[in-house]
Amino acid sequence: MKPINYAPGRQAQVEVVAIDGLMLRLFEAIDEANVPWLLAAAARVRGALGEALVDLVPAYTTLYVQYDLARLDAAQAHACLARALAGLAPEPVAAGQEHVVPVWYDPSVGPELPVLAARSGLGVPGLIARHCGRAYTVFALGFTPGFAFMGLVEPVLAAPRLATPRQRVPAGSVGIGERQTAIYPSVSPGGWNLLGRTPWSLVDAQGTCRFSPGDRVRFEAVGRDRFVELGGDCSPLEVRE
Amino acid sequence: MTALIVEHSTPLCSLQDGGRFGVRHLGITQGGAADWVSMGWANWLLGNPLAAAVVEVTLGQFSLRAERDCHLALAGADLEATVDGQHLLPWRSVHLRAGQTLQFKGPRAGARAYLAAPGGWLAPRVLGSCATVARDRLGGLGGRGAALAAGDRLVYRGPAREPRQVAVAQPPNISLAEPLQVVLGAQMAYFSGQSLFDAFDQTWVVDPRADRMGVRLCGPRLHYQGPPMISEGIPLGGIQVPPDGQPIVLGNDRQTIGGYPRLGALAPASLARLAQALPGDMLRLQPVVAEQARASHLRVLRQWA
Repeated sequence: MKPINYAPGRQAQVEVVAIDGLMLRLFEAIDEANVPWLLAAAARVRGALGEALVDLVPAYTTLYVQYDLARLDAAQAHACLARALAGLAPEPVAAGQEHVVPVWYDPSVGPELPVLAARSGLGVPGLIARHCGRAYTVFALGFTPGFAFMGLVEPVLAAPRLATPRQRVPAGSVGIGERQTAIYPSVSPGGWNLLGRTPWSLVDAQGTCRFSPGDRVRFEAVGRDRFVELGGDCSPLEVRE
Repeated sequence: MTALIVEHSTPLCSLQDGGRFGVRHLGITQGGAADWVSMGWANWLLGNPLAAAVVEVTLGQFSLRAERDCHLALAGADLEATVDGQHLLPWRSVHLRAGQTLQFKGPRAGARAYLAAPGGWLAPRVLGSCATVARDRLGGLGGRGAALAAGDRLVYRGPAREPRQVAVAQPPNISLAEPLQVVLGAQMAYFSGQSLFDAFDQTWVVDPRADRMGVRLCGPRLHYQGPPMISEGIPLGGIQVPPDGQPIVLGNDRQTIGGYPRLGALAPASLARLAQALPGDMLRLQPVVAEQARASHLRVLRQWA
Protein backbone atom coordinates (compact mmCIF):
# COMPACT_ATOMS: atom_id res chain seq x y z
CA MET A 1 0.00 0.00 0.00
CA LYS A 2 0.99 3.67 -0.27
CA PRO A 3 3.67 4.72 2.23
CA ILE A 4 2.62 7.18 4.92
CA ASN A 5 4.62 10.38 5.42
CA TYR A 6 4.56 10.86 9.17
CA ALA A 7 7.12 13.64 9.59
CA PRO A 8 9.30 15.72 7.28
CA GLY A 9 11.62 13.33 5.47
CA ARG A 10 10.21 10.29 7.31
CA GLN A 11 8.09 7.63 5.68
CA ALA A 12 6.45 4.46 6.97
CA GLN A 13 5.96 1.51 4.62
CA VAL A 14 2.51 -0.05 4.91
CA GLU A 15 2.02 -3.75 4.17
CA VAL A 16 -1.10 -5.88 4.17
CA VAL A 17 -0.25 -8.91 6.32
CA ALA A 18 -3.68 -10.41 7.05
CA ILE A 19 -7.33 -9.75 6.20
CA ASP A 20 -7.50 -7.58 9.31
CA GLY A 21 -3.92 -6.45 9.78
CA LEU A 22 -1.47 -3.86 8.48
CA MET A 23 2.24 -3.64 9.25
CA LEU A 24 3.60 -0.12 9.67
CA ARG A 25 7.32 -0.27 8.99
CA LEU A 26 8.85 2.95 10.32
CA PHE A 27 12.54 2.00 10.38
CA GLU A 28 14.98 -0.34 8.67
CA ALA A 29 17.36 -1.07 11.58
CA ILE A 30 17.28 -1.54 15.35
CA ASP A 31 18.15 1.72 17.10
CA GLU A 32 17.37 3.20 20.50
CA ALA A 33 16.36 6.38 18.70
CA ASN A 34 13.39 4.48 17.17
CA VAL A 35 11.67 4.01 20.51
CA PRO A 36 10.34 7.56 21.06
CA TRP A 37 8.90 7.54 17.54
CA LEU A 38 7.31 4.11 17.92
CA LEU A 39 5.79 5.06 21.28
CA ALA A 40 4.33 8.23 19.80
CA ALA A 41 2.99 6.36 16.78
CA ALA A 42 1.41 3.67 18.98
CA ALA A 43 -0.38 6.33 21.05
CA ARG A 44 -1.70 8.06 17.91
CA VAL A 45 -2.90 4.76 16.42
CA ARG A 46 -4.72 3.83 19.63
CA GLY A 47 -6.44 7.19 19.69
CA ALA A 48 -7.41 7.19 16.03
CA LEU A 49 -8.72 3.63 15.73
CA GLY A 50 -10.43 3.58 19.14
CA GLU A 51 -12.97 0.77 19.28
CA ALA A 52 -11.92 -0.47 15.85
CA LEU A 53 -8.47 -1.42 17.20
CA VAL A 54 -8.22 -5.11 18.10
CA ASP A 55 -4.51 -5.31 18.93
CA LEU A 56 -1.32 -3.35 18.48
CA VAL A 57 2.11 -4.98 18.61
CA PRO A 58 5.09 -2.62 18.71
CA ALA A 59 8.45 -4.18 17.87
CA TYR A 60 11.91 -2.78 17.07
CA THR A 61 11.08 -1.07 13.80
CA THR A 62 7.40 -1.81 13.26
CA LEU A 63 3.88 -1.52 14.60
CA TYR A 64 1.54 -4.36 13.74
CA VAL A 65 -2.03 -3.06 13.71
CA GLN A 66 -4.93 -5.50 13.90
CA TYR A 67 -8.30 -3.84 13.33
CA ASP A 68 -11.92 -4.95 13.48
CA LEU A 69 -12.67 -6.12 9.96
CA ALA A 70 -16.40 -5.69 10.47
CA ARG A 71 -15.82 -1.94 10.87
CA LEU A 72 -12.97 -1.23 8.46
CA ASP A 73 -11.50 -2.54 5.24
CA ALA A 74 -7.79 -2.22 4.46
CA ALA A 75 -8.20 1.06 2.53
CA GLN A 76 -10.18 2.64 5.37
CA ALA A 77 -7.66 1.42 7.93
CA HIS A 78 -4.85 2.86 5.80
CA ALA A 79 -6.59 6.23 5.53
CA CYS A 80 -7.19 6.27 9.28
CA LEU A 81 -3.53 5.49 10.01
CA ALA A 82 -2.33 8.14 7.55
CA ARG A 83 -4.49 10.79 9.29
CA ALA A 84 -3.35 9.60 12.72
CA LEU A 85 0.36 9.72 11.95
CA ALA A 86 0.47 13.06 10.11
CA GLY A 87 2.79 15.48 11.87
CA LEU A 88 4.07 12.89 14.35
CA ALA A 89 6.60 14.04 16.94
CA PRO A 90 8.68 11.65 19.06
CA GLU A 91 7.49 10.97 22.59
CA PRO A 92 10.01 12.32 25.13
CA VAL A 93 11.97 9.40 26.55
CA ALA A 94 11.59 10.92 30.02
CA ALA A 95 8.08 9.43 29.93
CA GLY A 96 9.57 5.99 30.61
CA GLN A 97 10.31 4.70 34.13
CA GLU A 98 13.77 3.84 35.44
CA HIS A 99 14.38 0.45 37.06
CA VAL A 100 17.48 -0.79 38.86
CA VAL A 101 17.43 -4.58 38.78
CA PRO A 102 19.57 -6.58 41.24
CA VAL A 103 21.44 -9.46 39.61
CA TRP A 104 23.59 -12.18 41.11
CA TYR A 105 26.25 -12.78 38.45
CA ASP A 106 27.60 -16.29 38.98
CA PRO A 107 28.52 -19.26 36.77
CA SER A 108 26.12 -21.55 38.68
CA VAL A 109 23.15 -19.52 37.49
CA GLY A 110 24.82 -17.88 34.49
CA PRO A 111 26.90 -20.55 32.75
CA GLU A 112 28.02 -18.24 29.90
CA LEU A 113 29.50 -15.69 32.30
CA PRO A 114 33.03 -17.20 32.12
CA VAL A 115 32.61 -17.92 28.39
CA LEU A 116 31.78 -14.33 27.49
CA ALA A 117 34.35 -12.99 29.95
CA ALA A 118 37.08 -14.99 28.21
CA ARG A 119 35.93 -14.22 24.69
CA SER A 120 35.67 -10.48 25.28
CA GLY A 121 38.98 -10.39 27.13
CA LEU A 122 37.31 -8.40 29.90
CA GLY A 123 37.50 -11.05 32.61
CA VAL A 124 34.51 -11.78 34.85
CA PRO A 125 34.61 -8.58 36.95
CA GLY A 126 35.13 -6.49 33.83
CA LEU A 127 32.26 -8.11 32.02
CA ILE A 128 29.93 -7.56 34.98
CA ALA A 129 31.01 -3.92 35.26
CA ARG A 130 30.34 -3.31 31.56
CA HIS A 131 26.93 -5.08 31.62
CA CYS A 132 25.97 -2.90 34.61
CA GLY A 133 27.58 0.15 33.04
CA ARG A 134 24.69 1.56 31.08
CA ALA A 135 20.92 1.90 31.20
CA TYR A 136 19.15 -0.18 28.56
CA THR A 137 16.03 0.82 26.70
CA VAL A 138 13.05 -1.55 26.67
CA PHE A 139 12.30 -1.93 22.95
CA ALA A 140 9.37 -4.30 23.07
CA LEU A 141 7.60 -6.95 25.14
CA GLY A 142 7.03 -10.26 23.44
CA PHE A 143 7.89 -13.94 23.06
CA THR A 144 6.29 -14.81 26.41
CA PRO A 145 4.38 -12.61 28.89
CA GLY A 146 6.73 -10.06 30.40
CA PHE A 147 9.79 -10.87 28.27
CA ALA A 148 11.36 -7.44 27.64
CA PHE A 149 13.75 -7.03 24.72
CA MET A 150 16.36 -4.50 25.90
CA GLY A 151 19.49 -3.00 24.47
CA LEU A 152 21.79 -2.24 23.17
CA VAL A 153 24.76 -3.76 25.01
CA GLU A 154 28.22 -2.54 24.06
CA PRO A 155 29.56 -4.33 20.97
CA VAL A 156 32.26 -6.05 23.06
CA LEU A 157 29.51 -7.80 25.06
CA ALA A 158 27.56 -8.96 22.00
CA ALA A 159 27.30 -12.73 21.63
CA PRO A 160 25.42 -14.97 19.19
CA ARG A 161 22.57 -17.08 20.49
CA LEU A 162 23.42 -20.67 21.50
CA ALA A 163 23.48 -23.08 18.57
CA THR A 164 21.09 -25.35 20.46
CA PRO A 165 18.64 -23.55 22.74
CA ARG A 166 18.17 -24.81 26.29
CA GLN A 167 14.93 -26.69 26.95
CA ARG A 168 14.49 -25.01 30.31
CA VAL A 169 15.79 -21.61 31.38
CA PRO A 170 14.86 -20.72 35.01
CA ALA A 171 12.76 -17.64 35.77
CA GLY A 172 14.85 -14.55 36.50
CA SER A 173 17.76 -15.61 34.28
CA VAL A 174 19.57 -12.63 32.76
CA GLY A 175 21.04 -13.11 29.33
CA ILE A 176 22.56 -11.60 26.22
CA GLY A 177 21.54 -12.38 22.63
CA GLU A 178 23.47 -10.48 19.96
CA ARG A 179 23.40 -6.86 21.18
CA GLN A 180 20.25 -7.32 23.23
CA THR A 181 19.81 -8.24 26.84
CA ALA A 182 16.78 -9.61 28.67
CA ILE A 183 15.42 -11.33 31.75
CA TYR A 184 13.42 -14.54 31.39
CA PRO A 185 10.21 -13.79 33.32
CA SER A 186 9.16 -17.43 33.65
CA VAL A 187 10.61 -20.86 33.02
CA SER A 188 10.82 -21.31 29.26
CA PRO A 189 13.03 -22.66 26.51
CA GLY A 190 15.69 -20.17 25.48
CA GLY A 191 18.88 -19.68 23.52
CA TRP A 192 20.44 -16.58 25.07
CA ASN A 193 23.80 -16.52 26.88
CA LEU A 194 23.07 -16.54 30.61
CA LEU A 195 25.14 -14.36 32.94
CA GLY A 196 23.23 -14.41 36.21
CA ARG A 197 19.84 -14.26 37.87
CA THR A 198 17.59 -11.63 39.43
CA PRO A 199 15.39 -12.32 42.46
CA TRP A 200 12.71 -10.03 41.03
CA SER A 201 9.54 -11.42 39.59
CA LEU A 202 8.61 -9.49 36.48
CA VAL A 203 4.97 -10.39 35.96
CA ASP A 204 1.97 -10.47 38.27
CA ALA A 205 -0.78 -13.11 38.32
CA GLN A 206 -2.57 -11.23 35.52
CA GLY A 207 0.48 -11.52 33.28
CA THR A 208 1.20 -7.79 33.50
CA CYS A 209 4.85 -6.82 33.26
CA ARG A 210 6.87 -4.51 35.50
CA PHE A 211 8.47 -2.93 32.41
CA SER A 212 6.97 -1.06 29.47
CA PRO A 213 8.53 -0.14 26.14
CA GLY A 214 10.50 3.06 26.55
CA ASP A 215 11.47 2.27 30.16
CA ARG A 216 15.15 2.33 31.10
CA VAL A 217 16.66 -0.63 32.93
CA ARG A 218 20.00 -0.73 34.72
CA PHE A 219 21.49 -3.88 36.27
CA GLU A 220 23.16 -3.81 39.66
CA ALA A 221 25.46 -6.65 40.76
CA VAL A 222 24.60 -8.14 44.17
CA GLY A 223 26.24 -10.96 46.11
CA ARG A 224 24.71 -14.34 46.84
CA ASP A 225 23.56 -13.34 50.34
CA ARG A 226 21.73 -10.24 49.16
CA PHE A 227 20.21 -12.26 46.30
CA VAL A 228 18.82 -14.81 48.78
CA GLU A 229 17.64 -12.07 51.12
CA LEU A 230 15.64 -10.58 48.22
CA GLY A 231 13.95 -13.93 47.68
CA GLY A 232 16.18 -15.31 44.91
CA ASP A 233 16.34 -19.00 44.09
CA CYS A 234 19.97 -20.23 44.02
CA SER A 235 19.38 -23.64 42.47
CA PRO A 236 21.96 -24.08 39.72
CA LEU A 237 21.06 -24.71 36.11
CA GLU A 238 20.84 -28.31 35.12
CA VAL A 239 24.14 -29.29 33.53
CA ARG A 240 23.93 -29.29 29.77
CA GLU A 241 24.89 -32.27 27.69
CA MET B 1 -26.87 -23.72 37.88
CA THR B 2 -26.19 -26.99 36.11
CA ALA B 3 -22.97 -28.93 36.46
CA LEU B 4 -21.23 -31.69 34.58
CA ILE B 5 -18.28 -33.61 36.01
CA VAL B 6 -15.25 -34.32 33.87
CA GLU B 7 -14.46 -38.05 34.16
CA HIS B 8 -11.58 -38.37 31.68
CA SER B 9 -9.49 -35.71 30.00
CA THR B 10 -6.12 -35.03 28.38
CA PRO B 11 -3.86 -31.95 28.25
CA LEU B 12 -5.38 -31.28 24.80
CA CYS B 13 -8.90 -30.69 26.14
CA SER B 14 -9.49 -27.19 27.45
CA LEU B 15 -11.90 -24.33 27.90
CA GLN B 16 -11.70 -21.78 25.07
CA ASP B 17 -13.58 -18.75 23.81
CA GLY B 18 -12.96 -16.00 21.24
CA GLY B 19 -9.54 -15.27 22.74
CA ARG B 20 -7.68 -12.52 24.55
CA PHE B 21 -7.28 -9.14 22.85
CA GLY B 22 -5.66 -5.80 23.58
CA VAL B 23 -2.77 -7.49 25.41
CA ARG B 24 -0.46 -8.55 22.57
CA HIS B 25 1.90 -5.63 23.35
CA LEU B 26 2.56 -7.28 26.73
CA GLY B 27 3.75 -10.50 25.08
CA ILE B 28 0.47 -12.24 25.91
CA THR B 29 -0.86 -14.45 23.16
CA GLN B 30 -4.38 -14.62 21.76
CA GLY B 31 -5.53 -18.12 22.64
CA GLY B 32 -9.15 -19.05 21.88
CA ALA B 33 -10.85 -21.80 19.89
CA ALA B 34 -8.54 -23.07 17.16
CA ASP B 35 -11.54 -23.74 14.89
CA TRP B 36 -13.51 -20.56 15.54
CA VAL B 37 -16.10 -21.47 12.90
CA SER B 38 -17.11 -24.67 14.71
CA MET B 39 -17.12 -22.80 18.03
CA GLY B 40 -19.46 -20.28 16.39
CA TRP B 41 -21.84 -23.03 15.23
CA ALA B 42 -21.86 -24.73 18.65
CA ASN B 43 -22.83 -21.46 20.31
CA TRP B 44 -25.29 -20.49 17.57
CA LEU B 45 -27.19 -23.75 18.09
CA LEU B 46 -27.96 -22.63 21.65
CA GLY B 47 -28.52 -18.95 20.86
CA ASN B 48 -25.35 -18.00 22.78
CA PRO B 49 -22.99 -15.15 21.99
CA LEU B 50 -20.82 -16.65 19.24
CA ALA B 51 -17.61 -16.49 21.28
CA ALA B 52 -19.07 -17.78 24.57
CA ALA B 53 -16.85 -20.25 26.43
CA VAL B 54 -16.83 -23.77 24.92
CA VAL B 55 -14.97 -26.98 25.64
CA GLU B 56 -12.40 -27.74 22.93
CA VAL B 57 -11.94 -31.51 22.77
CA THR B 58 -8.85 -32.38 20.72
CA LEU B 59 -8.51 -35.99 19.50
CA GLY B 60 -10.96 -37.41 22.09
CA GLN B 61 -10.25 -39.43 25.26
CA PHE B 62 -12.63 -37.09 27.04
CA SER B 63 -15.85 -37.74 28.93
CA LEU B 64 -18.20 -35.95 31.26
CA ARG B 65 -21.22 -36.92 33.36
CA ALA B 66 -24.34 -34.80 33.74
CA GLU B 67 -25.51 -34.07 37.29
CA ARG B 68 -28.92 -33.01 35.93
CA ASP B 69 -30.82 -33.09 32.65
CA CYS B 70 -29.23 -30.69 30.20
CA HIS B 71 -29.15 -29.47 26.61
CA LEU B 72 -25.71 -28.93 25.11
CA ALA B 73 -24.54 -28.44 21.52
CA LEU B 74 -21.83 -30.18 19.56
CA ALA B 75 -19.94 -28.92 16.49
CA GLY B 76 -16.71 -29.51 14.62
CA ALA B 77 -14.94 -32.85 14.38
CA ASP B 78 -16.67 -36.21 14.62
CA LEU B 79 -14.70 -37.68 17.54
CA GLU B 80 -17.09 -40.60 17.91
CA ALA B 81 -19.11 -38.97 20.65
CA THR B 82 -21.53 -41.37 22.34
CA VAL B 83 -24.17 -41.31 25.05
CA ASP B 84 -25.05 -44.75 26.37
CA GLY B 85 -23.39 -46.30 23.35
CA GLN B 86 -25.38 -44.23 20.89
CA HIS B 87 -23.26 -42.32 18.35
CA LEU B 88 -23.86 -38.56 18.22
CA LEU B 89 -23.04 -36.55 15.12
CA PRO B 90 -21.76 -32.97 15.32
CA TRP B 91 -23.71 -29.88 14.25
CA ARG B 92 -26.64 -30.55 16.54
CA SER B 93 -27.79 -30.23 20.09
CA VAL B 94 -27.25 -33.00 22.62
CA HIS B 95 -29.70 -33.94 25.34
CA LEU B 96 -28.27 -35.59 28.44
CA ARG B 97 -30.35 -36.95 31.30
CA ALA B 98 -29.05 -36.76 34.87
CA GLY B 99 -26.36 -39.40 35.37
CA GLN B 100 -25.65 -39.97 31.70
CA THR B 101 -22.09 -39.78 30.38
CA LEU B 102 -21.04 -38.11 27.15
CA GLN B 103 -17.88 -39.69 25.84
CA PHE B 104 -15.48 -38.75 23.01
CA LYS B 105 -13.44 -41.71 21.79
CA GLY B 106 -11.25 -40.57 18.91
CA PRO B 107 -11.16 -38.94 15.48
CA ARG B 108 -13.44 -40.22 12.71
CA ALA B 109 -13.40 -36.90 10.81
CA GLY B 110 -11.46 -33.85 11.97
CA ALA B 111 -9.44 -33.26 15.13
CA ARG B 112 -11.35 -30.82 17.36
CA ALA B 113 -14.91 -30.97 18.65
CA TYR B 114 -16.62 -28.08 20.41
CA LEU B 115 -19.14 -28.52 23.19
CA ALA B 116 -21.27 -25.53 24.12
CA ALA B 117 -23.65 -25.00 27.04
CA PRO B 118 -26.60 -22.59 27.41
CA GLY B 119 -25.14 -19.14 28.08
CA GLY B 120 -21.59 -20.52 27.89
CA TRP B 121 -19.55 -22.43 30.47
CA LEU B 122 -18.73 -20.39 33.55
CA ALA B 123 -15.08 -19.53 34.17
CA PRO B 124 -13.16 -16.53 35.47
CA ARG B 125 -12.20 -14.03 32.83
CA VAL B 126 -8.49 -13.28 32.96
CA LEU B 127 -7.57 -10.21 30.89
CA GLY B 128 -11.00 -10.33 29.30
CA SER B 129 -11.11 -14.01 28.36
CA CYS B 130 -11.27 -17.50 29.81
CA ALA B 131 -9.24 -18.99 26.91
CA THR B 132 -6.82 -21.57 28.31
CA VAL B 133 -3.17 -20.90 27.40
CA ALA B 134 -0.89 -23.26 29.32
CA ARG B 135 2.29 -21.46 28.28
CA ASP B 136 1.02 -18.09 29.55
CA ARG B 137 -0.59 -19.70 32.64
CA LEU B 138 -3.82 -17.86 31.87
CA GLY B 139 -7.45 -18.91 31.55
CA GLY B 140 -9.37 -22.13 32.11
CA LEU B 141 -11.54 -23.06 35.09
CA GLY B 142 -8.97 -21.94 37.67
CA GLY B 143 -7.72 -18.99 35.66
CA ARG B 144 -4.13 -20.27 35.66
CA GLY B 145 -3.99 -22.00 32.30
CA ALA B 146 -4.72 -25.59 33.34
CA ALA B 147 -6.34 -27.93 30.83
CA LEU B 148 -9.51 -29.76 31.88
CA ALA B 149 -8.85 -32.69 34.21
CA ALA B 150 -10.82 -35.55 35.74
CA GLY B 151 -12.88 -34.26 38.65
CA ASP B 152 -13.35 -30.72 37.26
CA ARG B 153 -16.89 -29.35 37.50
CA LEU B 154 -18.10 -27.61 34.35
CA VAL B 155 -20.97 -25.29 35.20
CA TYR B 156 -23.42 -23.18 33.21
CA ARG B 157 -26.26 -20.93 34.23
CA GLY B 158 -28.06 -20.17 30.96
CA PRO B 159 -31.74 -20.91 30.39
CA ALA B 160 -32.78 -24.10 28.61
CA ARG B 161 -34.01 -22.85 25.24
CA GLU B 162 -35.39 -24.64 22.23
CA PRO B 163 -32.15 -25.46 20.39
CA ARG B 164 -31.69 -24.37 16.79
CA GLN B 165 -30.96 -26.78 13.97
CA VAL B 166 -28.20 -26.66 11.38
CA ALA B 167 -29.49 -27.75 7.98
CA VAL B 168 -28.03 -31.27 8.12
CA ALA B 169 -28.05 -31.61 4.33
CA GLN B 170 -25.32 -28.93 4.27
CA PRO B 171 -23.10 -29.38 7.31
CA PRO B 172 -20.33 -26.79 7.64
CA ASN B 173 -17.22 -27.80 5.72
CA ILE B 174 -14.24 -28.73 7.89
CA SER B 175 -12.44 -30.84 5.30
CA LEU B 176 -9.16 -30.03 3.57
CA ALA B 177 -10.49 -31.01 0.13
CA GLU B 178 -10.71 -27.37 -0.94
CA PRO B 179 -7.37 -25.49 -0.95
CA LEU B 180 -6.55 -23.28 2.02
CA GLN B 181 -6.52 -19.59 1.10
CA VAL B 182 -3.43 -17.49 1.69
CA VAL B 183 -3.47 -13.70 1.85
CA LEU B 184 -0.11 -12.94 0.26
CA GLY B 185 2.08 -10.40 1.94
CA ALA B 186 4.79 -9.82 4.49
CA GLN B 187 8.14 -10.98 3.00
CA MET B 188 6.51 -12.83 0.08
CA ALA B 189 8.47 -10.85 -2.52
CA TYR B 190 11.77 -12.18 -1.13
CA PHE B 191 11.03 -15.83 -1.87
CA SER B 192 12.41 -17.31 -5.08
CA GLY B 193 10.03 -17.52 -8.02
CA GLN B 194 10.34 -21.30 -7.96
CA SER B 195 9.36 -21.33 -4.27
CA LEU B 196 6.25 -19.27 -4.93
CA PHE B 197 5.32 -21.57 -7.80
CA ASP B 198 5.90 -24.70 -5.68
CA ALA B 199 4.03 -23.31 -2.68
CA PHE B 200 0.80 -23.09 -4.67
CA ASP B 201 1.34 -25.94 -7.09
CA GLN B 202 2.35 -28.82 -4.88
CA THR B 203 0.74 -30.81 -2.09
CA TRP B 204 1.62 -30.18 1.55
CA VAL B 205 1.51 -32.81 4.27
CA VAL B 206 0.58 -31.95 7.86
CA ASP B 207 3.52 -32.83 10.13
CA PRO B 208 3.02 -34.52 13.53
CA ARG B 209 4.57 -31.38 15.05
CA ALA B 210 1.24 -29.57 15.17
CA ASP B 211 -0.29 -27.90 18.19
CA ARG B 212 -2.20 -24.76 19.15
CA MET B 213 0.95 -22.68 18.62
CA GLY B 214 1.58 -23.75 15.06
CA VAL B 215 1.19 -26.42 12.40
CA ARG B 216 4.25 -27.46 10.41
CA LEU B 217 3.77 -28.41 6.77
CA CYS B 218 6.08 -30.74 4.85
CA GLY B 219 6.61 -30.36 1.13
CA PRO B 220 8.79 -28.50 -1.35
CA ARG B 221 11.59 -26.53 0.27
CA LEU B 222 10.91 -22.76 0.15
CA HIS B 223 13.88 -20.45 -0.31
CA TYR B 224 13.93 -17.02 1.29
CA GLN B 225 16.42 -14.71 -0.42
CA GLY B 226 15.83 -11.45 1.45
CA PRO B 227 17.87 -9.62 4.07
CA PRO B 228 17.97 -10.86 7.68
CA MET B 229 14.69 -10.11 9.43
CA ILE B 230 14.14 -7.96 12.48
CA SER B 231 11.48 -9.53 14.72
CA GLU B 232 8.01 -8.06 14.29
CA GLY B 233 4.40 -8.68 15.33
CA ILE B 234 2.84 -11.69 13.65
CA PRO B 235 -0.76 -12.22 12.63
CA LEU B 236 -2.99 -15.19 13.30
CA GLY B 237 -2.48 -17.68 10.46
CA GLY B 238 0.90 -16.19 9.52
CA ILE B 239 2.95 -18.65 7.45
CA GLN B 240 6.52 -18.41 8.64
CA VAL B 241 9.39 -20.13 6.88
CA PRO B 242 12.43 -21.06 9.01
CA PRO B 243 15.79 -21.78 7.36
CA ASP B 244 14.83 -25.44 6.70
CA GLY B 245 12.27 -24.16 4.17
CA GLN B 246 9.31 -26.01 5.69
CA PRO B 247 6.52 -23.57 6.61
CA ILE B 248 4.81 -23.29 9.98
CA VAL B 249 1.28 -21.88 10.08
CA LEU B 250 0.93 -19.89 13.29
CA GLY B 251 -2.11 -20.59 15.41
CA ASN B 252 -3.99 -19.04 18.33
CA ASP B 253 -1.22 -19.68 20.87
CA ARG B 254 1.60 -18.33 18.66
CA GLN B 255 4.41 -16.19 20.05
CA THR B 256 3.53 -12.49 19.77
CA ILE B 257 6.70 -11.40 17.95
CA GLY B 258 8.66 -13.48 15.47
CA GLY B 259 11.74 -13.17 13.32
CA TYR B 260 11.23 -15.69 10.52
CA PRO B 261 10.19 -14.46 7.07
CA ARG B 262 6.55 -15.00 6.15
CA LEU B 263 4.83 -15.85 2.92
CA GLY B 264 1.53 -14.33 4.05
CA ALA B 265 -1.28 -15.45 6.32
CA LEU B 266 -4.05 -18.01 5.98
CA ALA B 267 -7.52 -16.50 5.80
CA PRO B 268 -9.22 -17.18 9.17
CA ALA B 269 -11.80 -19.55 7.67
CA SER B 270 -8.97 -21.60 6.15
CA LEU B 271 -7.08 -21.57 9.44
CA ALA B 272 -10.21 -23.00 11.10
CA ARG B 273 -10.14 -25.92 8.63
CA LEU B 274 -6.43 -26.45 9.26
CA ALA B 275 -7.24 -26.76 12.98
CA GLN B 276 -9.19 -29.89 12.01
CA ALA B 277 -6.21 -31.51 10.24
CA LEU B 278 -4.53 -34.66 11.50
CA PRO B 279 -0.86 -35.56 10.98
CA GLY B 280 -0.43 -37.03 7.50
CA ASP B 281 -3.39 -35.14 6.02
CA MET B 282 -2.69 -33.53 2.67
CA LEU B 283 -3.64 -30.04 1.58
CA ARG B 284 -3.05 -27.38 -1.02
CA LEU B 285 -2.56 -23.64 -0.72
CA GLN B 286 -4.16 -21.03 -2.95
CA PRO B 287 -3.43 -17.30 -3.10
CA VAL B 288 -6.36 -14.99 -2.43
CA VAL B 289 -6.80 -11.22 -2.61
CA ALA B 290 -7.16 -9.77 0.89
CA GLU B 291 -10.43 -7.94 0.14
CA GLN B 292 -11.98 -11.06 -1.36
CA ALA B 293 -11.01 -13.06 1.75
CA ARG B 294 -12.48 -10.32 3.93
CA ALA B 295 -15.76 -10.46 2.00
CA SER B 296 -16.09 -14.23 2.42
CA HIS B 297 -15.19 -13.84 6.11
CA LEU B 298 -18.03 -11.35 6.55
CA ARG B 299 -20.38 -13.85 4.83
CA VAL B 300 -19.44 -16.46 7.48
CA LEU B 301 -20.29 -13.96 10.22
CA ARG B 302 -23.58 -12.93 8.55
CA GLN B 303 -24.93 -16.48 8.43
CA TRP B 304 -25.14 -16.39 12.25
CA ALA B 305 -26.79 -12.96 12.41
